[in-house]
Amino acid sequence: MTSEIILQAIITGLMMGLIYALIAAGLSLIFGLMDIVNFAHGEHLMLSMFSSFWLWSLFGLDPIFSIPITILLMAFCGIITHYFLIRYILKAKMLIQICATFGLSIFIRSIAQLLWTPDFRNVDKPLLEGRLEIGSVFIGQPQLIASLVCLIAFIGLYLFVTKTETGLALQATAQDRHAAEILGIPSNKMFAIGWAIGLGCVGVAGGMMANYFFIFTDVGINFALFAFVAVALGGFGSIIGCLYAGIIIGLVESLGGLLIDPSFKLLYVFVIYLLVVIYRPQGLFGRY
Amino acid sequence: MKILSVENLSRSFGGIKANDNISFKVDEGTILGVIGPNGAGKSTLFDLITGYTKADNGKVEFFNKNIFGLRPDKISNLGIGRTFQKLKPFADQTLLENVMIGSFVKEKNIKKARDKALEIIDFVDLIEKRHHFARELSTGQRKRLEMARAMAIEPKLLLMDEVTGGVDQKTIPGLVELILKLKKSGVTIITIEHNINIIMEISDNVLALDQGKSIAFGSPKEIQNNKQVIDSYLGTVDAA
Repeated sequence: MTSEIILQAIITGLMMGLIYALIAAGLSLIFGLMDIVNFAHGEHLMLSMFSSFWLWSLFGLDPIFSIPITILLMAFCGIITHYFLIRYILKAKMLIQICATFGLSIFIRSIAQLLWTPDFRNVDKPLLEGRLEIGSVFIGQPQLIASLVCLIAFIGLYLFVTKTETGLALQATAQDRHAAEILGIPSNKMFAIGWAIGLGCVGVAGGMMANYFFIFTDVGINFALFAFVAVALGGFGSIIGCLYAGIIIGLVESLGGLLIDPSFKLLYVFVIYLLVVIYRPQGLFGRY
Repeated sequence: MKILSVENLSRSFGGIKANDNISFKVDEGTILGVIGPNGAGKSTLFDLITGYTKADNGKVEFFNKNIFGLRPDKISNLGIGRTFQKLKPFADQTLLENVMIGSFVKEKNIKKARDKALEIIDFVDLIEKRHHFARELSTGQRKRLEMARAMAIEPKLLLMDEVTGGVDQKTIPGLVELILKLKKSGVTIITIEHNINIIMEISDNVLALDQGKSIAFGSPKEIQNNKQVIDSYLGTVDAA
């Protein structure tokens, strides 16, 4: 095995890892804010991919141009989810919260199958096509641009959360909503913003992946699984932890597939996850 | 001028009346001390005024505006700040960030909010600790942090829950001085204290609670000589 092949696997792993990181960051933000696990995160990713697909199919908008619309649609979806479902279960028992978001995932997937059938779709001839050849390493242009956009979105999210008024208020609400309320921060509004940003992240990732991934109603399941692993690995509620964890997962998946056996890619990721759960249950950067 | 008027405020938890028809008034620019044995309902009274806990019935007026039933963030925006007996700093944020979060209530510009926060941190004598995480501060410093954070919302009325509780004796004079400095700056204060000497020293009026009921209200001297207050603190001869 040559060093070029290993380098190829590392670059592929890094690019996938950045996408996993952004998907996980959305999940982590929502969990960190209100201790609710969004089991419908994969379905939200699927919705964002379909949003890109339909904007292309119906209006001829290439996914790279429809990204802002997809982000806005997903953010709106997040606000709706909060006001019509989540706010009613905020004080409920954890089992009820799990059932609610798990039920939401089944609801969204069923509606999607009813409306759009389980057929595989793809965006035909998107603007981002082809590949770059650097020495003997090949990098798919859509994958490269998608990972870079996800990285930029991630940095934007991090700066927003750590440097802006709303970001600091979100952090305060995540730590102690009652103390935040006493300082004039409306927690319900913060939760809605958290959902909007969380699903906005998924909008970026899904919108970019629509360039090169098949789009179907079950597409989000594996991504959601990796996002859950990334959140646990990075530390529940830690945004920066998601970046490291996403990259680790991307690299383990890619290098494990190359060096051992590609059939067991999921297994390698979950072995890492189990090791973290056993030896560092709070994750790499977690508070819990 | 009356800044706060509380009438017949009540709250029960199951069969226990934590606050039972509490009524009192606070003049602007004064300090009202609230005393009472453990479980008298002092912190619950703060929870009810700030909307942290919903009252069963009663009336709370702030500058003649009814604030009963408002959400805590709305009450805070009107100008009522508070600190907690069980401290609630945002542990994973720095002291500066903690205070800035309070500053944002009145100042949306991030630079101005930061400057204002620094000014307040200086006021509470913690400027050297401004970049320390709240979790790294001592109990006394966290008490100052909570005061600074509450001050950052520019309250007209500040409710302070056992500011001197749980801190070492050396720290107490500094905290008392800080309370008096706050009063001097024009903030009206209601403070819960177990340390009777401090209450008598700093308060203009004192409200004594026992088993959820208001048993006395008056000047520190009147309260000191009130038989019911003495009984509730020291016990009656029969009880002994």
